[in-house]
Amino acid sequence: MARNNEIPEVNAGSMADIAFLLLIFFLVTATIQTDMGLDRKLPPKEPSPPVPLNERNVLRVVLNKNDELMVESELLSINELRSSAVAFLDNGSDTKSCNYCGGERDPYSSENPDKAIISLNSDREASYGMYVKVQNELTAAYMKLRNRESLRLYGLEYSELEGIYNDSQTSVIDKKQIKDKITTIRNLFPMRLSEAETRQSLK
Amino acid sequence: MAKFAKKKDGDLPAVSTASLPDIVFMLLFFFMTVTTMKDSSLLVENTLPNASEIKKLEKKDRVIYIYVGKPTQEYQKVFGTEPKIQLNDKFANVDEVGSYILAERAKKPQELQNVLTTALKVDKNANMGLIADIKQELRKVNALKVNYTTYEGNAFNNLQ
Repeated sequence: MARNNEIPEVNAGSMADIAFLLLIFFLVTATIQTDMGLDRKLPPKEPSPPVPLNERNVLRVVLNKNDELMVESELLSINELRSSAVAFLDNGSDTKSCNYCGGERDPYSSENPDKAIISLNSDREASYGMYVKVQNELTAAYMKLRNRESLRLYGLEYSELEGIYNDSQTSVIDKKQIKDKITTIRNLFPMRLSEAETRQSLK
Repeated sequence: MAKFAKKKDGDLPAVSTASLPDIVFMLLFFFMTVTTMKDSSLLVENTLPNASEIKKLEKKDRVIYIYVGKPTQEYQKVFGTEPKIQLNDKFANVDEVGSYILAERAKKPQELQNVLTTALKVDKNANMGLIADIKQELRKVNALKVNYTTYEGNAFNNLQ
């Protein structure tokens, strides 16, 4: 009896069905997750002694239960928050320590960005959406100033620097240089955003 | 000219489906790469707020998730409509957050235990009070790096 030595071809017709089955399984079980957000660092638990601050170096932002915003005892719309935060941080009434500030040098506002603190208080009834919006605007204010300084010093925006730093293709030597630049810019405009209780002492 | 047998007209040639598996596999690989597995089903409504000044959370293995929001429709009868915290697969109270973080931290490899981030996935209609309580709990267990997870978009769409 003659044997057929050829290997019979496997029928691949049902391959598509199998692949579809897998595809549908993945579609059902998987989610496209958003893993983006605003990074914040909470203060440590150890109670630190109250730090006396000059009132002019504090920008008070208060969010009430009706999602209304009060900045320095005045009702402010959320659209203006970014510009007023920029004006406060960039004020630099102390011309010696802040020669890079471009603000109005108002003697009743912050001395230099290193001392300027934004204090955010939110009511327990305020909505989280509004809170994120406020946080977003304040971050945007810092980013605007950092971008400006970075553009002036290095010809690149701060966000671009961070982008290069986080890029996996950047070499280690470049990373070190860029890290130095980032640290410099961060020190020019340190993010000092406090959510602690602030008390106004009466003198 | 007998060599050229006349084709029967009106008879469409069959479309070859031999490349269909390849196409489907391509789709499959696309979905496998861009998505992540659902590790816990959501028991709470979770419409995240929008923000524009956001940073990407880079490494998935260094993140602990906390979900906050109103219980979904089917749980509202039992748990009411006030925003609740969801840890893993169940509802939890504020005072359980600390022990949850510690337990999750213990599960991670030693070298990552100091660099963990807590991602707060909070519904935009939740109250700040609950978030403030959670933050106090996080401070107690020294989990200081937090990330308010948001969608990318204009922050002015948050209030509607």
